[in-house]
Amino acid sequence: MAWFESAGLSLIVFLPAVGALALFAFPKANETAQKWTALLVTGATSALSVLVASLFDYRTSERFQFEVSESWIPAIGANYHIGIDGISLPLLVLSSIVTLLAVVYSWDHWDEPRNVRGFLALMLLLLTGMNGTFVALDLVLFFIFFELVLLPMYFMIGIWGDSTERRIPVLGRTVTMRLYAAIKFFIFTLFGSAFMLLGFLALYFRSGDFLGKNTFDIPTLIALGSENAFGSGTFAFLVFGAMFLGFAVKVPMWPFHTWLPDAHTAAPTVGSVLLAAILLKLGSYAFLRISIPILPDMAREWAPFIGLLAVIGIIYGSLACLAQTDVKRLIAFSSVGHMGFVMLGIATMTDVGFNASIIGMVAHGLITGLLFFVAGSLHHRYHTREISRLGGNQKLMPWMGGILAFTAMASLGLPGLAGFWGEFMSLVGAYQPLSGLSVNQFQTYMVIGAIGTVLTAGYMLWMLQRVNLGEPKDEWSGHEFADVSTYEWLAWAPLMVAIVAIGVYPRIVFGATTDAVVNLARTAFGG
Amino acid sequence: MLNRLASAPMILAAESDGHAPELSPGGFFAETAWIMLVLPFVAFLAIVLVGKRLKGQGSELAVGAMGINLVWASVLFVQNMVEGIYREVNLGIGEIGTVGGHRLSFELGFVVDGLSIMMYWVVAFVGFLVFLYAVGYMKGDVRVPWFFASLSLFAGSMLVLVGAPNLMQLIIGWEGVGLASYLLIGHYWEQKENSDAAVKAFLTNKVADVGLILGTILLATVLGSFRFSDLNEAAAAHSDTLGGVALAGGLLLFFGAMGKSAQFPLHVWLPDAMAGPTPVSALMHAATMVTAGIYLMARTFPLFHEMATEARPWMVTIAVITLFVLGFLALVADDLKRVLAYSTVSQLGYMMAAVAAGGYTAGLFHLFTHAFFKALLFLGAGSVIHAVHSNNMSDMGGLRRQMPVTFWTFVIGSVSLAGVIPFAGFWSKDEILATLGHEGYTGFMWVAIAGAFVTAFYMTRAVALTFFGTYKGHGHPHESPRVMTGPLVALAVPSVIAGLLNIPGVSWGPIRNFTDWVGARVVPMGDYHPSAIEWDLAAYGLAAAVAGIVLGWLLFSPEAETQAARDRLEVPVLYPLLRHKYYIDDLYMSGVVNPIKGPIARAVDWVNGYVIDAIVNGAGFVTAWLGNLVYGRLDQQGIDLVLNAAAGGTRGAGKRLGLVQTGKVQQYAGAFVVGALLLVVVFVIIT
Repeated sequence: MAWFESAGLSLIVFLPAVGALALFAFPKANETAQKWTALLVTGATSALSVLVASLFDYRTSERFQFEVSESWIPAIGANYHIGIDGISLPLLVLSSIVTLLAVVYSWDHWDEPRNVRGFLALMLLLLTGMNGTFVALDLVLFFIFFELVLLPMYFMIGIWGDSTERRIPVLGRTVTMRLYAAIKFFIFTLFGSAFMLLGFLALYFRSGDFLGKNTFDIPTLIALGSENAFGSGTFAFLVFGAMFLGFAVKVPMWPFHTWLPDAHTAAPTVGSVLLAAILLKLGSYAFLRISIPILPDMAREWAPFIGLLAVIGIIYGSLACLAQTDVKRLIAFSSVGHMGFVMLGIATMTDVGFNASIIGMVAHGLITGLLFFVAGSLHHRYHTREISRLGGNQKLMPWMGGILAFTAMASLGLPGLAGFWGEFMSLVGAYQPLSGLSVNQFQTYMVIGAIGTVLTAGYMLWMLQRVNLGEPKDEWSGHEFADVSTYEWLAWAPLMVAIVAIGVYPRIVFGATTDAVVNLARTAFGG
Repeated sequence: MLNRLASAPMILAAESDGHAPELSPGGFFAETAWIMLVLPFVAFLAIVLVGKRLKGQGSELAVGAMGINLVWASVLFVQNMVEGIYREVNLGIGEIGTVGGHRLSFELGFVVDGLSIMMYWVVAFVGFLVFLYAVGYMKGDVRVPWFFASLSLFAGSMLVLVGAPNLMQLIIGWEGVGLASYLLIGHYWEQKENSDAAVKAFLTNKVADVGLILGTILLATVLGSFRFSDLNEAAAAHSDTLGGVALAGGLLLFFGAMGKSAQFPLHVWLPDAMAGPTPVSALMHAATMVTAGIYLMARTFPLFHEMATEARPWMVTIAVITLFVLGFLALVADDLKRVLAYSTVSQLGYMMAAVAAGGYTAGLFHLFTHAFFKALLFLGAGSVIHAVHSNNMSDMGGLRRQMPVTFWTFVIGSVSLAGVIPFAGFWSKDEILATLGHEGYTGFMWVAIAGAFVTAFYMTRAVALTFFGTYKGHGHPHESPRVMTGPLVALAVPSVIAGLLNIPGVSWGPIRNFTDWVGARVVPMGDYHPSAIEWDLAAYGLAAAVAGIVLGWLLFSPEAETQAARDRLEVPVLYPLLRHKYYIDDLYMSGVVNPIKGPIARAVDWVNGYVIDAIVNGAGFVTAWLGNLVYGRLDQQGIDLVLNAAAGGTRGAGKRLGLVQTGKVQQYAGAFVVGALLLVVVFVIIT
């Protein structure tokens, strides 16, 4: 399997892109062939990801494995350097499998304007971007993949999104949801990325001072970071801040989150699922991969601020959820709260906190992905997302209601399901943050975060009560509703199994991550 | 991978003379005790998947699983009474990192010792009878399979909880029973008041869980372990590592226990939980689930006994308020189940008072006897409700003739609860009074005796209004079927004789005293002296109970002028206060829940749209406007398109995007490749 050691990750990254091109070999009308191609490609990508996971050496999960480093753009010293460690492995597997399930779900769910080939091509391209980001070990490569995901998502929202009109507060303009949301998503993220790129370039030019030549190589920069080469002066402060902007928009952290509710609400179901399940993780992952190990001193300095934004996000997101009248918008705001826990974990700068953030990302990907699937299917049947018009769904579609209830329980962090560990361990980390950080401050964050779990339970249960319980509204009498379809079962059952499995046996994730995050904390902060 | 740790160091028993019997690791049944924890979940899954297609709609699977569990638990129960068992198994489910210098791991497993065996058996015994009863009670219900699935989910979670060797697993079981409680309280979710009650129960408990979770974090962080055995060992050794956080951790755990065990002021959910079907109330909201808090306190008792001693007076105060002040609410309720619910709250106060004061075996003994007679009372109430189709005592009356079995068993339950010698409740309540006296809480002891009077009074009222006088409801009530009366009789037996298991100085052949076998611990714990019976206190308690019964009968017997008697009871100030449940629920709703749901949430949403997003939109607008100004009519694809679109809001951009809508994605893919190439060029130029 030596060839796989070197070619495995590249296959996982580029197979989907090749698949996207292959779709155009079929005539537009031959949708079946296109669907099967997409299924085959995402299935193969998932299988390869699982193969990587099974060949991965968990005893040295802190080391980069399946590493490939080839000269790419010699003029700037950019290399095609990819590899995977315990931090990125779970996310890589997650993104491959969720995309596969999204293809399965798409089988008989097509939004207007119907264009199977275009939509599938975008999904595959998105997968290349996401997987590429998780394996990239070169800042240029990372940047390209990080930006690559923007375009497919932009088009998904802009073309297949919600076409209702909406008035924007203050500006008073009426806009078409999908256009407004797509553009907002694009520009907002691009705005952050511009700063991020500045930060990357600054690191590149400064690295030459120590190495004799400039480098974009992430492991090399991490090695510099562990010796604290970039110091703790203004330079490092600004670089961290620039990268922070780029990553925080993507997470999104409060107050950079306002693109998220609009994008989620407007996006087609599969778009929402992939956005929630994978795209949001690119930002938090980048903190672990780039910001913290390369600029550890600054990470420590920024930590209280990151923690503050995180807990504001937790409370703010939950309270905003209580005010929502649209199912998808509610779930979108819940992401702000959940990603707040992920960021709180990171802000503690401890290995437990980092671990919390990774399992939190995986769990949020599975759970919120599933929530958006279900919300999409509800919309598909009721043709509305207004909570006030729903009700008694449990009666009309018992299985659908049951799955919604299950997922809501997972989302509110029920122990025994995947969502609990991330929240709980974030709080553990906040109780005893990295030495040097204010214990009182972080313990305050811990208490606020814990209160946030009550609010989370509050809005989830209230949503369930209004959507699932009670008697169906009169307007639905006489309607026939199809309960969960075969394709929906096929797409959702694996997610549910994974939510329970990780909830009962979190070693599925920790087995890969723990040594890696312990090592991350040790190289960054010593001790 | 199975890092089994059947460690049993320093095994001591709780006997007052310090005599420590050897504990055995048990035999086959102790080794395979995990089956009890798993079986109900198997039943749950099976019922969800195939329940509808079975003859008993899945009830046979639930009852069968519980029956097997009862066999297991009974063998262990008897074995433990004779020889004493201790076995602990931990299975690592993931190491999570470094906490406080330790590598911390999550573990699942099970513990078999006196305390857990007692709980296993109560859950299995009461559970089996209630499941059986429910087969009759729920006949013809809209959702029989789901009902039994949820009951099984509850049983499994409860066993996971009481079998937990560590705090992490306890939390999993804890929330699992909370979930099952939510599902079953809201069983008839078509009516909003039922789903309201379900949500209320879940959220009140979630508030308390913050305490449990933070307490767990505090203790586990300093110990480097979630295990009870490590916690208790450290506490018993007065370990320095624990010193600072013992009090805070202990109080936080207690706060968690206050939710599940409905202590003042977090009791509000329990009376509303009566919206669930009666078997649920009997099993979960009387006999087992609500005692989880008491169980937690007992499991971590060395912490409170040795380290967090300053917490104890506060805990006793809360418990005594619960047992006395909230007991009064049972006086004014017309709903029979609510009378019993407030009674449960009050009895939980007794248990908590004992554990908090330092007599955890006394608290556990009351937990044990209470499980029988309170489950009996609820099932009796269910039998009555089944017959008259109403929860209200104003629709009942005179039922003793039509329902003799229900009547007699209900009376047995009532006198046991009231604490009449020689019924079970007498012995266990007396131990609590003795504990309070011993530990120096003399004032509270008298309050508890007064509480016994109140208990006897409201139970007499309930019996009189339900079974005496003339029938005031509709139809012709008749006795319930065998499948329901059978469990009543089966529960009446221990309600009478369970007290015999723990009469100090009296033992039955090889069977040891309850106090001895339930308290066997794995860590030494200083000078813990369980209280022996105090005959003078017992006499006071008995006198209070008899006085309560007599006065209750005088006021509520059919011969008394009932309406006039009620009018006399409607004391100004006090009566409205009780009718409004001390206004605590109202305070929570109008003071906390409604403001958060309403104005606060809306304010946050407003800020989101009108402040944060306004800045974003404004920035986009201004940028685009500037862009238009600078580039004029330079209209190219790429970023400018995007800027214009943001500016236009957007009619112009809409037209341009019309191109997108034709589905020519290829063009954009091309544009993207060009963009990527541009980027590369930029880099080349930079270097």
